[in-house]
Amino acid sequence: MSLGGAWYLGLAAVVFSIGALGLLVRRNVLVMFMCVELMLNAANLTFVTFARMLGDIGGQSLVFFTLVVAAAEVVVGLGIVVAMFRRRRGATADDFHVLRG
Amino acid sequence: MALPALGLLGAVTTTDALTFALAAAVIVSGAVGVVVARNPVHAALMLVMTLFGVAVLFVEQQADFLAAVQVIVYAGAIVVLFLFVIMFLGVDRQENVAREPLLGQRPLALVLVALALAGLFVLAVGAHWSVGAHAVAGKTQGSGGDVAALGKSVFTTYLFAFEITSALLVIAVVGAVVLARRPGGAAGVPPSGEADAEATGADAGPEASDPFAQPGPITAEDPDPVPGAGELAHEEAAP
Repeated sequence: MSLGGAWYLGLAAVVFSIGALGLLVRRNVLVMFMCVELMLNAANLTFVTFARMLGDIGGQSLVFFTLVVAAAEVVVGLGIVVAMFRRRRGATADDFHVLRG
Repeated sequence: MALPALGLLGAVTTTDALTFALAAAVIVSGAVGVVVARNPVHAALMLVMTLFGVAVLFVEQQADFLAAVQVIVYAGAIVVLFLFVIMFLGVDRQENVAREPLLGQRPLALVLVALALAGLFVLAVGAHWSVGAHAVAGKTQGSGGDVAALGKSVFTTYLFAFEITSALLVIAVVGAVVLARRPGGAAGVPPSGEADAEATGADAGPEASDPFAQPGPITAEDPDPVPGAGELAHEEAAP
């Protein structure tokens, strides 16, 4: 049998924290997106772990939907980055200050 | 009951423990690499490493279908999309890390994240874990393994959510297409001036060489445009 679920949950917490840190620290919008993907993956790992611990397929179904939402989010987000880059010639978060009201 | 650890190290084979340790090392080093790498291309490759590690842990927890989907969708589609955009925009140069627009943001972020992680672990160890009823949405391993169980769950219990998902994907595709259209580009009504620039045939060359140049003259919705190829061609055509 696999290791206890606590190990997986702890690892997921660490990966989520690293993703959150990257989101706060980095300035490049693309790298910030990758950090969001890290956080989503940590959540996925948590879902699968709980699905195994509880013997319930619902956790895995939720991961399935998370994957779809992540794909849609990346498509729209990268579209925004490309549209922004076309206008400002930059892909850092500071270039988005034109969105200020 | 403190943590539902199910025996932190008891009744575990060496292979399983070794697999977890190796995958965990790969995942954490990849995650740190994403945050630390100066070059966005390196960050994307580090992300692939993390995604493969997570797929290994999915297999380790009997989620075979999700492991395959993880590799195909994440590593095969999403990261390739990232790399495509990075190379399309040409932002694969080093980021200037020394410049810090918000003073003290990085140390503050580090402290806050460390605090949140510590709080999470304290809560996990100290809290009373209520695990509730088992197998509400179905067993993980029926006849046919996790693929059959997952398919049955998605197409019966979560059918409505699945339908909404298809709507979400269509909306995302339409949104991406709308965002990718050039303002006043080929799909829309051509602005005045683009027609005579096209008539001279002069704007084909510069537009092909510079894919980001705005075709056509400055319009009201372009407050800060790049000098357009169409405009230059128009000026050349005037005398």
